[in-house]
Amino acid sequence: MWEQIRSNRIRSIILVGAMGALLLLLGYFLGYLFIGDPVPGVVIAIIVWLVMNLVAYFQGDSILLAVSGARKISRDDHPRLYNIVEEMKIASGLPKMPDIYIIDDSAPNAFATGRSPEKAAVAVTSGLLEKMNRDELQGVIGHEISHVKNRDVMLMSMAGIILGTIVILAWYATRVLFFSGMAGGRRGSRGGVGQGQIIILVIGIALMIIAPIVAQLLYFAVSRKREYLADASSALYTRYPEGLASALEKIAASTQQLKAVNKATAPLYIINPFREKGMAASDLSSTHPPISKRIRILRAMGGASFADYNKAYQKISGGSVIPASALTGTGALAFRAPSSSGEPAEETSDHLKRTRETSNLMWRLGNYRTVTCQCGTNLRVPASFREPQIKCPHCGRLNRL
Amino acid sequence: MTAVYVVIGVIVVLLIIFFVAIYNGLVRLRNQMKNAWAQIDVQLKRRYDLIPNLVETVKGYKIHERETLEAVTKARNIAQQTSSEGAAARSRVEGELSSALARLLVVVERYPDLKANQNFLALQEELTSTENKISFSRQYYNDSVLHYNNQTQMFPSNIVAGMMGFKAGEFFEVKAAEERAAPKVSFS
Repeated sequence: MWEQIRSNRIRSIILVGAMGALLLLLGYFLGYLFIGDPVPGVVIAIIVWLVMNLVAYFQGDSILLAVSGARKISRDDHPRLYNIVEEMKIASGLPKMPDIYIIDDSAPNAFATGRSPEKAAVAVTSGLLEKMNRDELQGVIGHEISHVKNRDVMLMSMAGIILGTIVILAWYATRVLFFSGMAGGRRGSRGGVGQGQIIILVIGIALMIIAPIVAQLLYFAVSRKREYLADASSALYTRYPEGLASALEKIAASTQQLKAVNKATAPLYIINPFREKGMAASDLSSTHPPISKRIRILRAMGGASFADYNKAYQKISGGSVIPASALTGTGALAFRAPSSSGEPAEETSDHLKRTRETSNLMWRLGNYRTVTCQCGTNLRVPASFREPQIKCPHCGRLNRL
Repeated sequence: MTAVYVVIGVIVVLLIIFFVAIYNGLVRLRNQMKNAWAQIDVQLKRRYDLIPNLVETVKGYKIHERETLEAVTKARNIAQQTSSEGAAARSRVEGELSSALARLLVVVERYPDLKANQNFLALQEELTSTENKISFSRQYYNDSVLHYNNQTQMFPSNIVAGMMGFKAGEFFEVKAAEERAAPKVSFS
């Protein structure tokens, strides 16, 4: 079953390969246009690409985690989250427990990173911890872990780097062309312009404009495919698609936007952090499939296997997301029962509990000490506070530190 | 004449390469299966360790559910004694332990004091998670067994498997009646 995910990966690799070819083509024409020789253009394109790759390979995840303001937590900081990640690690058969990070942000979201299953990390926002119950959190983590397991992180960063290189090259080339437009014209008139040269010039300019767009569309296509597959894998691991469906629903209902996010990190999150209300054009130009469609597919599943996901996908939008080879060999997989009672009253009290738990965790991560006064007030003391005692603002008692 | 020898030699080399590749693939799958089994074992042991704690905490609240508690302790001890046996024997006793635990957790719902206890809540989370980990590792183990068994039975790898003595793996199935029963739907 997990072996056959390979064929899906091959398809994605072909798409990334197409992006790479686009990059080389762009380099070729740019070299021809500006230097008069295509070879240096190709060489420059490859060098830029290589440098970006090296940086991404060795520093990518730490840069990403630093940019999003994520802090690493241990088992004792949040046992439930740790347990859920471990559960999904076991269900997916990952070789090693991924690191867990928390981002202090009330917008619920999550992402996975790491260049290989051995060196992976999962990051969730504090908003996610507050809003999700156990089953929903499990669904989200299952989605993220399957990104690691399916090596999407690697694939998407490779695709992202090619996209970035193409965008940078095209951007600089258009600038240079604008400022040296006159010079180029003179050079043309001096030697006499051949028909072939004009054709190449036109193709080159067209490529400069089109390449970034095409690369972006390819990138989005890969990304969306991986999202569907990650949803299907999450349902398979948890045997409970409703958990992820209801999590997505809660995330979609939340109106907050992530603070520390930019276009480069967007495809890594479980839902697109840039989404806007009523974004109908999201079909072709988004890294993520429409969230309502993802929820409908998950809810239409009759069992937990890939075949069931594919069937549900066909029913909702026609076509197929999972290659036929991945559908064989798995029989019917039954759902499991929900672990929480799910009653509305209980849900609100749980939510309060989770909110308190999460805010305590964030204070602790910020190196605050908690002192409980006799009147029941919890005083949070920053690490920089040096006085031997602190006065309770409620009852005026002096508390020893 | 030499051409014939060359052709025969090439065919023999190809066959050997093919044989080695299949053999290595089978070994890899068997190791994966063994590793998956070890994962289940870790989680089952973790459950044995958690249960005495849970029983003590529940007893501390003067809860008069002696039968339920005794059933859990007994099922745990039997399961621990069976822990050196194969998948088929273990899955039965572990299934019984699971259902005894589930009964205890249902009973406990009636005691709000206990449910407010931090210690108990932490234990409950550990227990829920351990139960989940057991079923997830079982899921993964059974998938691994299926995959491995398919390889040992399908042509041409079954030839290699037969020659080198690869035996079919045992599934870890849930034998407890409660867990196996499909949800009943009635339309009346």
